[in-house]
Amino acid sequence: MTVYDVKRRAFGEDAWSFPADDEALPQGPAAITKARFLRDRETLLARNAPLGLVLVAGETFDGIENDLNRFDLIALKFLRYADGRPYSLARLARERHGFKGKLRAIGDVLRDQITLMLRAGFDALQPTHEGTIAALRDGKIVTVDHYFQPATREEREEGGYAWRRRPA
Amino acid sequence: MYRYDEFDQSFVLERVAEFRDQVARRLSGELTEDQFKPLRLMNGVYLQLHAYMLRIAIPYGVLSSRQMRKLAHIAREYDKGYGHFTTRQNLQFNWVELARIPDLLAELAEVEMHALQTSGNCIRNVTADHFAGAAADEIVDPRPYAEILRQWSAIHPEFTYLPRKFKIAVTGAPHDRAAVQVHDIGLHAVRGPGGKTGFAVYVGGGQGRTPLIAHKVRDYLPEEDLLAYCEAILRVYNLEGRRDNKYKARIKILVHEKGKAEIAAAIEAEFAQLKGKTLNLPEADVQAISAYFAPPSLEQLAATSAALETAKAANKALERFVRHNVTAHRNAGYGVVTVSLKPIGEPPGDATAAQMEVVADVAERFSHSEIRVSHEQNLVLPHVKLDEIPALFAELAKHNLATPNAGLVTDIIACPGLDYCALANARSIPVAQRLSERFADIARQEEIGDLKIKISGCINACGHHHVGHIGLLGVDQKGKELYQITLGGSADEHTSIGEIIGPGFPTDKVVDAVEAVIDVYLGLRKGPEENFLDAYRRVGAEPFKAALYADA
Repeated sequence: MTVYDVKRRAFGEDAWSFPADDEALPQGPAAITKARFLRDRETLLARNAPLGLVLVAGETFDGIENDLNRFDLIALKFLRYADGRPYSLARLARERHGFKGKLRAIGDVLRDQITLMLRAGFDALQPTHEGTIAALRDGKIVTVDHYFQPATREEREEGGYAWRRRPA
Repeated sequence: MYRYDEFDQSFVLERVAEFRDQVARRLSGELTEDQFKPLRLMNGVYLQLHAYMLRIAIPYGVLSSRQMRKLAHIAREYDKGYGHFTTRQNLQFNWVELARIPDLLAELAEVEMHALQTSGNCIRNVTADHFAGAAADEIVDPRPYAEILRQWSAIHPEFTYLPRKFKIAVTGAPHDRAAVQVHDIGLHAVRGPGGKTGFAVYVGGGQGRTPLIAHKVRDYLPEEDLLAYCEAILRVYNLEGRRDNKYKARIKILVHEKGKAEIAAAIEAEFAQLKGKTLNLPEADVQAISAYFAPPSLEQLAATSAALETAKAANKALERFVRHNVTAHRNAGYGVVTVSLKPIGEPPGDATAAQMEVVADVAERFSHSEIRVSHEQNLVLPHVKLDEIPALFAELAKHNLATPNAGLVTDIIACPGLDYCALANARSIPVAQRLSERFADIARQEEIGDLKIKISGCINACGHHHVGHIGLLGVDQKGKELYQITLGGSADEHTSIGEIIGPGFPTDKVVDAVEAVIDVYLGLRKGPEENFLDAYRRVGAEPFKAALYADA
């Protein structure tokens, strides 16, 4: 499975594994559920490899706010692209909890929502939809890049009013 | 009124290009109808019973003559020569071809208009008092704030895929003409400490299948916090609103299930984190936006117009028109004129291309090129010299636009119903037409006085029946269309939800039933000064039930 890195504007191999809750953790970077993290917090944090967290739309950071920067990756899963909860979670992770690691969009990731995802603070995308993969690869995403509200991604203030932004 | 700057223009053109790309992918088959649906909805495109329907945003109901002419052109070139003004200050075209919609949107962009967020589970077109900037009772002009909210909500990266649609209304007069208490967020602008503008904030009102009146969560929110506070409300809703059942997904259900105190606490906690940061609204920016809404240069005139008084004395029809369709303007010698889109026997809110052009012309001649669309499905000319009302009336009358029924029994609100809408159970338009014909006699309408009849063809309540003094709800009962009657609803500063008074009536009996209700009212009122709603609130439902269900 390949992952699109926003900063590099390119797809690359995924270094992360996503073991199920009852599977043993593999060597190397592994992303786990919130339930598993809460269950095995001490052992997991003592582990000598990058740790990631997977949250599904509907889950929250409640109870793990102060641990977020222990993760190198937070993957937020869009159950359906019309379920917009991960946008709020992404912004909270970055703006409220100061999360500095990779924020990856997984699940129903489609080209028409990508600008929203980037503005909300995602910097990695894992689409499975072929049209979306092709559009990202070929740089053929048609989108709007005049914005009427401050968001999470770093952007330029432009347009004469405090709330307007352009891509940095 | 607000004019697009270069930034707005670039935005709207990019949006047209984006939608053109989406339509091309739909037509090529890359997108299935299911995948395309939320994308087209976000741009106001519905698939209705017979064709695609396009809903165009008229932000807070404000239009110029130039824009109205463009709408007339679109009605002719892309539709069947007419359009339908809705209960949310929008305009719907019912017969557009999908492949041509991108071109249509490009034409709209030429006159600084779009169809963005007129549908879908996002922040919808912001609505406001249709008399804003003109009404004598106004304290704060709501339009600059509605415009700022329009901008802030446009393609919001966090709030474009909400649990359900989200509607914001703003008013700035003690008499609420924008129905703010039946909106997801209702903002009632007020003057606070030191004369500074702020807002009473209401959350969680709505109609639909579960009508609920909004809770007031703030008595006074300072102007600078407007966007941060709205963002806090939306974030709480986006994260916590129900997504398991679309009929329980509006914020009103969250507010209802969580309770007023808890929702207010959640909003305040979120707001405390957002306050004073990037969303702070600088006074200079509010002033810059407000400058667009500076009043047109109006003359200093006497409070009454001799020319108008003389003309009225000679022309009973004009006298009636002035009595019902002209509202006090804040400038002496001017009036706010309602152009009724409810001629007797016609579908409420429809206007032909020719009528749109007439309104554009008379607005140019008599009202500084300004037009408003009301949520009551009428048009408004906000700044008309009293001296010129006779000439305006004569022109409107030639085009069936001078029906003197604003606020009277034939000024009926109705949704498009089963004649167009894929959701409807019943044909609301023909019922509105038959009621209008039954009460056509203007002398009788005047005797009945202020009365709001509102008709919805299904439980989604687009015809606002819950807040009609008399509300009619079309339901489907084993293949038969029935109309349920509710009484005592109101959407002003004393908002109430109408009560269902008993079993529904078949479509051929419902006009008689409404007439029976009105006859009961006429029989029991204390006098002509006691209007239907006041009388109903005094006596309750019993006398009406007794008359309607005498045989039961």
